[in-house]
Amino acid sequence: MSKPECWKGSAEVDAIIERMAGELAALLGRRGIVDPLMVGIHTGGVWIAERLHALLGLQEDLGRLDISFYRDDFTRIGLHPQVRPSQLPVLVDDRHLILVDDVLQTGRTIRAALNVLFDYGRPASVLLATLVERDGRELPIEPNLVGLHACLQAGEQIKLTGPRPLELVVGQPPERRAKTPGN
Amino acid sequence: MRTDDLQRDADGGLKHFLTIDGLDRAILTEILDRAEGFLGVSEQAVKKVPLCRGKIIANLFFENSTRTRTTFELAAKRLSADVLNLNINTSSTAKGETLLDTLRNLEAMHVDMFVVRHAESGAAHFFAQHAAPHVSVINAGDGRHSHPTQAMLDMFTIRRHKGDFAPLTVAIVGDILHSRVARSQIHALRGLGAGEIRVIGPRTLIPPEVADLGAHIFHDLREGVREADVVIMLRLQRERMTGALLPSEREYFHLFGLTEARLETAKPDAIVMHPGPINRGVEMDSQVADGPRSVILEQVSNGIAVRMAIMSMCIGTQNRRGQGDGDG
Repeated sequence: MSKPECWKGSAEVDAIIERMAGELAALLGRRGIVDPLMVGIHTGGVWIAERLHALLGLQEDLGRLDISFYRDDFTRIGLHPQVRPSQLPVLVDDRHLILVDDVLQTGRTIRAALNVLFDYGRPASVLLATLVERDGRELPIEPNLVGLHACLQAGEQIKLTGPRPLELVVGQPPERRAKTPGN
Repeated sequence: MRTDDLQRDADGGLKHFLTIDGLDRAILTEILDRAEGFLGVSEQAVKKVPLCRGKIIANLFFENSTRTRTTFELAAKRLSADVLNLNINTSSTAKGETLLDTLRNLEAMHVDMFVVRHAESGAAHFFAQHAAPHVSVINAGDGRHSHPTQAMLDMFTIRRHKGDFAPLTVAIVGDILHSRVARSQIHALRGLGAGEIRVIGPRTLIPPEVADLGAHIFHDLREGVREADVVIMLRLQRERMTGALLPSEREYFHLFGLTEARLETAKPDAIVMHPGPINRGVEMDSQVADGPRSVILEQVSNGIAVRMAIMSMCIGTQNRRGQGDGDG
């Protein structure tokens, strides 16, 4: 495969997010959480969180997290080229948080995001919602809410493109492609 | 070996940070962009990120400087590194240890980064030339030569207030002759494409070579700051004022001290900067130093974010050198 292919178009992605919003509302109801604070992980997670935030009509502004300073591969590959400041509208202490990301695979991003959150304070609870969940977990982290379970080949990568329209594309990571002629 | 080669690794990553001279706009901009990200760390309840956890950073100060050492120390601590502060002039060198012996001993203690301040120009370069490949060196001021992290925090402060450098007129006022800060600022402003760079001061304190760096020379303060967007005051280095360079500090303030009245010719939204510590009533009066156009305390806070950016960029490239890219 040379070029990433569109796997789910914008209509399908929008429908998935709408369904997630409904399920999230039900989940919050079951847990008795009335005033959650939603936090998206840059960049794809923020796009999903913006949609969910609007659909749920949440009062509190959306939080945005950049996890670059907390990545566990810093000493291997250096700093991520683009770092956006994390923004949390209010103190996280004693708040119920909904952490939102686009794709959950290894779980390392979520590990880093939890560390960032705990450096801001002590939340009452954290729920995890991801648009896509796929195999390849390297840490004991599971989402509370998933839009879609993806079955992909080992070398394949899934990526959310956006912010408008939101589409899911499947391809192979560039470094793998570069090596193909030699394989 | 050229300084530029010494500062970059085989992939173009920042290995040491010794001088601005020779660094291109892309890397200077990268430092400023990264510093922007680190500003937010001071808003966290835990003002720390784990980037340099397990690393040891040694502050080697052969010359005293409370502010620079403190901000380097804070920057390193906010990156979760372990910090050693060594005031060398009071320890081993007094017992006859050479620079190279000091370096080797600290390397044997597995120090990953040296922050070096020295009264001799070229001291940080010397450390960088002789350091092991996995060790980085940051120049925290060497003699009259350069003080690159100070220049970068000044650029960061300017960019946060003014945005693009291209339309800016920046005036640097004071003792250019002895100032490593001014030299680094001029290189940084040129590298970032500032519109006009002016230096203002008495004839005895402006070396003619600054004209070769593209700076316009003024000997009259009002003329020099006319229509300026940024006015940078330099510290009058009393300890270096030997010989007949200056008649007196009072006379200096009379001619080159910044007052609100003298700022009138500058743009209304001009900002006033100073690397500190200020000699009030010598370089500027208190009305300006504490006035609405002064960004002097902001410079201090920005210094931490900029130093975090530079330190993390150097540490971030260390591992690939450890894996043997054939350099060093």
